[in-house]
Amino acid sequence: MNFLSLYIFIPLLMLVGLWLAKGLKTVRGVMVVGSSALLMLSIGLVIAYLSARHAGAAAEMLFRAEMMWYPSLHIAYSVGVDGISVAMLLLSSIIVFTGTFVSWRLKPLTKEYFLWFTLLAMGVFGFFISIDLFTMFMFYEVALIPMYLLIGVWGSGPKEYAAMKLTLMLMGGSALLLIGILGIFYGSGGTTMNILEIAKLHNIPLAQQCIWFPITFLGFGVLGALFPFHTWSPDGHASAPTAVSMLHAGVLMKLGGYGCFRVAMYLMPEAANQMGWIFLILTGISVVYGAFSACVQTDLKYINAYSSVSHCGLVLFALLMMNRAAATGAVLQMLSHGLTTALFFALIGMIYGRTHTRNINEMRGLMRIMPFLSVGFVLAGLANLGLPGFSGFVAEMTIFVGSFQHFDAFHRVLTIIACSSIVITAVYILRLIGKILYGTCTNKAHLKLSDATWEERLAVITLICCMAGLGLAPSWISHMISNSVGPIVSQLIP
Amino acid sequence: MDYSQFLNMKEEISLITVILILFVVDLFIAPEEKSSCKKYPRGMGTLLPVVLLTIQTLINIVPSAPVEAFGGMYQYVPMQTIIKTVLNIGTIIVFLMAHEWLNREDTYFKRGEFYILTLSTLLGMYFMISAGHFLMFFIGLELASVPMAALAAFDKYRHHSAEAGAKYILTALFSSALLLFGISMLYGTIGTLYFSDMPAKLDGDMLQIMAFVFFFSGMGFKISLVPFHLWTADVYEGAPVVVTSYLSVISKGSAAFVLMTILIKVFAPMVAQWQEVLFWIITISITIANLFAIRQQNLKRFMAFSAISQAGYIMLGVISGSAQGMSALVYYILVYLVANLGAFAVISNIEQRSGKVEIDDYNGLYQTNPKLSFLMTLALFSLAGIPPFAGFFSKFYIFMAAFHSGFHLLVFIALINTIISLYYYLLIVKAMYINQNDAPIATFKSDVYAKTSFAICLVGIVGLGFVSIIYQAIDQLAFGM
Repeated sequence: MNFLSLYIFIPLLMLVGLWLAKGLKTVRGVMVVGSSALLMLSIGLVIAYLSARHAGAAAEMLFRAEMMWYPSLHIAYSVGVDGISVAMLLLSSIIVFTGTFVSWRLKPLTKEYFLWFTLLAMGVFGFFISIDLFTMFMFYEVALIPMYLLIGVWGSGPKEYAAMKLTLMLMGGSALLLIGILGIFYGSGGTTMNILEIAKLHNIPLAQQCIWFPITFLGFGVLGALFPFHTWSPDGHASAPTAVSMLHAGVLMKLGGYGCFRVAMYLMPEAANQMGWIFLILTGISVVYGAFSACVQTDLKYINAYSSVSHCGLVLFALLMMNRAAATGAVLQMLSHGLTTALFFALIGMIYGRTHTRNINEMRGLMRIMPFLSVGFVLAGLANLGLPGFSGFVAEMTIFVGSFQHFDAFHRVLTIIACSSIVITAVYILRLIGKILYGTCTNKAHLKLSDATWEERLAVITLICCMAGLGLAPSWISHMISNSVGPIVSQLIP
Repeated sequence: MDYSQFLNMKEEISLITVILILFVVDLFIAPEEKSSCKKYPRGMGTLLPVVLLTIQTLINIVPSAPVEAFGGMYQYVPMQTIIKTVLNIGTIIVFLMAHEWLNREDTYFKRGEFYILTLSTLLGMYFMISAGHFLMFFIGLELASVPMAALAAFDKYRHHSAEAGAKYILTALFSSALLLFGISMLYGTIGTLYFSDMPAKLDGDMLQIMAFVFFFSGMGFKISLVPFHLWTADVYEGAPVVVTSYLSVISKGSAAFVLMTILIKVFAPMVAQWQEVLFWIITISITIANLFAIRQQNLKRFMAFSAISQAGYIMLGVISGSAQGMSALVYYILVYLVANLGAFAVISNIEQRSGKVEIDDYNGLYQTNPKLSFLMTLALFSLAGIPPFAGFFSKFYIFMAAFHSGFHLLVFIALINTIISLYYYLLIVKAMYINQNDAPIATFKSDVYAKTSFAICLVGIVGLGFVSIIYQAIDQLAFGM
């Protein structure tokens, strides 16, 4: 057992602690201790990873450990990380940490809420450390099902409809995924479920790849809000409680992009080359369509949800460009979008908790009433539209530079179309900020509202610092990612 | 005759011993029908049958070398020990669940009969599983079905229960007749009924295909596959919940296992034909049962349709015909057993306390009975195949087995159906956790036997997937074509 397994054991201990906990204070205590421990673990992991690389560790995955689980089916519990998963683990633990503080005053059934929340987190962490197809898939599904109860019980609006829609659509995706995984496993000879070994074997016949690649890609793509399978996302995010929206848009949607890259494209590169253009068009639509949809929404959460569709579409778009710069940009975008959207959802939740409306036509002049939250909101907006100095700029810049390296007209045109989303993003973000933050407040009831409490400030400041840190000093993390993207991309380039 | 060969059937002999002990005990301490002392009704407790059956299970838990008796009528292979142990575990859970129901005023004086009848059906399944000859198989099948009808009609003063008994015995006899007709055709074309002699002589003749179809239809009734499922919902609804749970798990599981062994042992030369038949049967079983389950309001009928679709999934292990398929099948039965019995334990407990079995009655159950709702949720998640619960592993492995044998399209259809099934399982979760109710089922405490059954199911649901040693043990003994 190496220390990566702590990513499973800490949430497991948290689950046990929550199960035994009596009273609100103990529940909060368990959550704070657990999520801080996870954050520390992630920071430690980044340092350990960077120093190991610095010391010359050349293996594709570091800190590997493997334990046979079902020997007759070649299923192992097998963990390991590369730069991409380290970045994702860091992101997840930041979101879990801030999510804990955002749901500090959540009622009712606080204990049950955190139980499901922790289970969700466990699925996410498990997914990112696994390099065995079965274990990966298992954790993937572990991360999906708590959403149903989290949205259904603690959500708002048409929550039952949204919860059911989200669960069924994502489970539909994972059904495709299961077929895809079995196809990969038996296509490569049925001797190993280990992703690295399958990639090394590289022996899935092209005819089979052309069946399993689209299925696997779609399966993960549903979670990555691939057009036209994104419709669960706005409804689900709008109805979910704040911290769940954060975790879901911030981390869970990244599972889709990560899986598309690590499983679908890495293991079936020839098919990815042949059929990538179909998905490239779909992701291009996602990017632009999501941005345009965000322009006409009046519900704060819907705006951000469609913005997420657009940005997550950009992740898949960049991955399908299949070169090193674009893929690095894609991972950076996952990281950046995770932080930004989590901040956005957190702030929306805090504003909604005070004003009890998310309709942007009913709010005005909030800047005077709650300055802290409003400034946070402005910063989140600027990061979202890719202002230099924030993470979004680094990511989008890398993506478009990478995408433009293709010389053919098809890729160029798509890149230009996708680029236009930056402008559209600016339109809806600025419209949003102008509408609700500035001007004079017309609603008397809003004048009495209070600004952020300490735990809300803590969450917001943590997220802003991470965003700015990533935006101001991106080179260490982009190096880390770029080095790990290399082996996967070199598999893809024929 | 060499009487020592009775010793080769040690599982059956020990079970017969258990039945006889219970019979004698029941004879001497059976209470009068109208006992005045209601609080401590005399008669057999739940403890004695449970302990005896546990001992019987433990004695036989280690598989021994393959043997046969009576010139091949009875054939034992180590795999049978596993499936028999699985059935025993299920029966023990059912006995624990039954405690409260059997203590009711109108049943407590005949509780001895319940155990003897149940164990007789179990004995029938044992013989069915270990048969090496079609007549032996048929006797076992009848021994498993006839007492079952008596069990279904156990609450005979209740109209529904009596009706369920009548329906069950009629369909069981009809299906037995079909099955026997099929066997007679086989005998007509081949001239032997020994399993071991048959494959060599089967040549896919038209009459043999007819024989297979009749045989399969008969088995289809027992496993309640579509289109032979029409009795299922009515019988499940009418029979006492405990009997329903026994019927849905033990009876179905044993029949599925036997079908697989006979298809492998006897019908191996006709593999193309029976795979074709199974393909369509599985497709319609899963799909139709799932679509019907969505519309059910009564939880017992709901579980009936859920059980039919689960039977379809179990058949995925059969259709593969491989050793991998068999181990996936047995593992699936084990996991399905704990999950389904877990759900039924909750349903039965609630029905005993409040008499409610409609899904709407479960609205707001989490507020009043959080632990029962939690167990129910886990059981339903396991049935739907959600990790980290055992159902996920069993579903994955059974899909894997079918996929390995080349049934890609079938696995796809089954997977689409898991989404539908997830929808209706979530409806119950939604009722318990999300729906509001002004008068939810009152809080109550379960007795110690019910709690034990909950605990066993809970451990199974959570643990079976992670403890891979169980699957590995099954896998070592599995055999295929």
